[in-house]
Amino acid sequence: MSGGKPINPRGTKYEKVEFPVFEFPVVGKARYSYTTGEALGRFLAGLKEGKILGTYCAGCGRVFVPPRIYCSYCFKEVDGWLEAKDEGVVVTAVMSYISATRARLERPVAVGVIKLDVPGRQFDDHFFPGIMHYICGATEDDVKSMRIFGARVKAKWKRPEQRTGSITDIECFEVVRP
Amino acid sequence: MRVGIVGVGWFGFQPEVVDYSFREMMFKAAQRAYEDAGGLDPRSEVDAFVSCQEDFWEGISIADEFAPDPVGGAMKSVYTVTGDGLQCVGQAYMMIRSGLFDVVVVESHGKPSDVETLNEVIFTATDPISLRPLGLENVHALAALEARAYMSKFGVAEDHLEAVVEKAHKAGVKNQRAVYASPGKSRSATPVVAEPLREADVAKFVDAAVVVVLASERVAKRYNDTPVWVDGVWWSTEFSSLEFHDWAFPLHAREAADGAYTQAKIADPYKEVDFAEVDNRYSFKELQHIEALRLAPRGTAKDLLADGAFCPGGRLPVNLSGGALAEGVPFEVHGLARLSYAVGVMRGEVKAEVDKAETAVVHSWRGIPTTTSVAAVLRI
Repeated sequence: MSGGKPINPRGTKYEKVEFPVFEFPVVGKARYSYTTGEALGRFLAGLKEGKILGTYCAGCGRVFVPPRIYCSYCFKEVDGWLEAKDEGVVVTAVMSYISATRARLERPVAVGVIKLDVPGRQFDDHFFPGIMHYICGATEDDVKSMRIFGARVKAKWKRPEQRTGSITDIECFEVVRP
Repeated sequence: MRVGIVGVGWFGFQPEVVDYSFREMMFKAAQRAYEDAGGLDPRSEVDAFVSCQEDFWEGISIADEFAPDPVGGAMKSVYTVTGDGLQCVGQAYMMIRSGLFDVVVVESHGKPSDVETLNEVIFTATDPISLRPLGLENVHALAALEARAYMSKFGVAEDHLEAVVEKAHKAGVKNQRAVYASPGKSRSATPVVAEPLREADVAKFVDAAVVVVLASERVAKRYNDTPVWVDGVWWSTEFSSLEFHDWAFPLHAREAADGAYTQAKIADPYKEVDFAEVDNRYSFKELQHIEALRLAPRGTAKDLLADGAFCPGGRLPVNLSGGALAEGVPFEVHGLARLSYAVGVMRGEVKAEVDKAETAVVHSWRGIPTTTSVAAVLRI
């Protein structure tokens, strides 16, 4: 801005200003190693063995996958562990066209929430043992049209030697064709 | 309407709690607090929950969302205060005094062992433009600057710091959760961290969770026959720019204490307070905070300490627990650690060398680079 001229109430055009630039030697190298604890520790160890483990509360019948050591509804320790099946039904799903860094993906991916089967137990759509994961074997249209909702899917596991005890030991949940 | 502490529970106080996640630590501390409050059911008998934590400590943004379910607060009124646990006691105090709430639960947890880059994380709390570009490799240097300013202004020598360290370890060894207490520890043998601070002057970090149940006078006796009353709780922040704050004296602690004393109608703290639990995460801070809390005139804490006034069994014992130097600093849990220890002493559950334990003042500072303190006056 030169002297004499009235100040432009709408501001100065971007390209006319030389903004000061700060370069920070420390911009915050925040790194953590999260303690898995008893519940998620055992859950991850289960994944390495190709199992999806959860906990249950005998009081209210809720099943926790991913597991907790407490029932947050009854406020008491859970009553035990169980194994959920590695298959279930899609509760909700979306197509994602961008990556986590907002770059456009070459091929869009489907992400969904899966209500897992636990033999002998029934769950409503409000609270259920579930996993959020990638869905494979569905077309873009299956997902966009929401036909995928309610579809049966099954975990596609990495080979045992590739598993590390992580949620990514499951590559995706694959649509089971009848 | 008075506000009473009717339940206290803690878990951890270990350098690294390896078996349990922060959620599980919260759950276990809460179970213990509710049992202490006569088996209170958090699902039906608690009106609201307040959690004190800080996202950068958690490594989780909007960590508030993780607060409710481990303490029985799922689908109930829960909010988070980014501050020391004692600030949450202040929130609960206001909520109960408003008449809208009868039972409020306060929670704080800290898992420093989960943070791999503690120095950098602490350093992100400094002004990003005026201070951070300096890239201090040792954040304790900020405390050392305050130590130097205080020591030169009031004639405090390293021997006086030695006395604080010695007292903390000797007292702490009687405190079951003071894992770092080590009587006979020689301050002068430990390496210099940042002149004049040596390793023994700097409290280590510790993993812990504390849950406190507060209730209105109307319902307190339902949960506990001997509530410990919170008769005052106040907090204060001096400046966000360290450059402007008083380097030689913690005015924030003075302001916080004065606010709490006014509420509790305490005119002469030195005469009316029976014992104190104050922040000593750096040895010199104990002397500063004693003075800021008006338990000694400015510049005299060192002399009164040498006379034994603040030692266990002394005229006004300070940090019978050993404080942070003996227990460690569990991030924002620190204030609740001081408070829960004081409650134990007042109820007679902790056998401590104190003549009278009817009125206590507890204090916490949020550590470098903050200029925030909280103080609470407790009575039984």
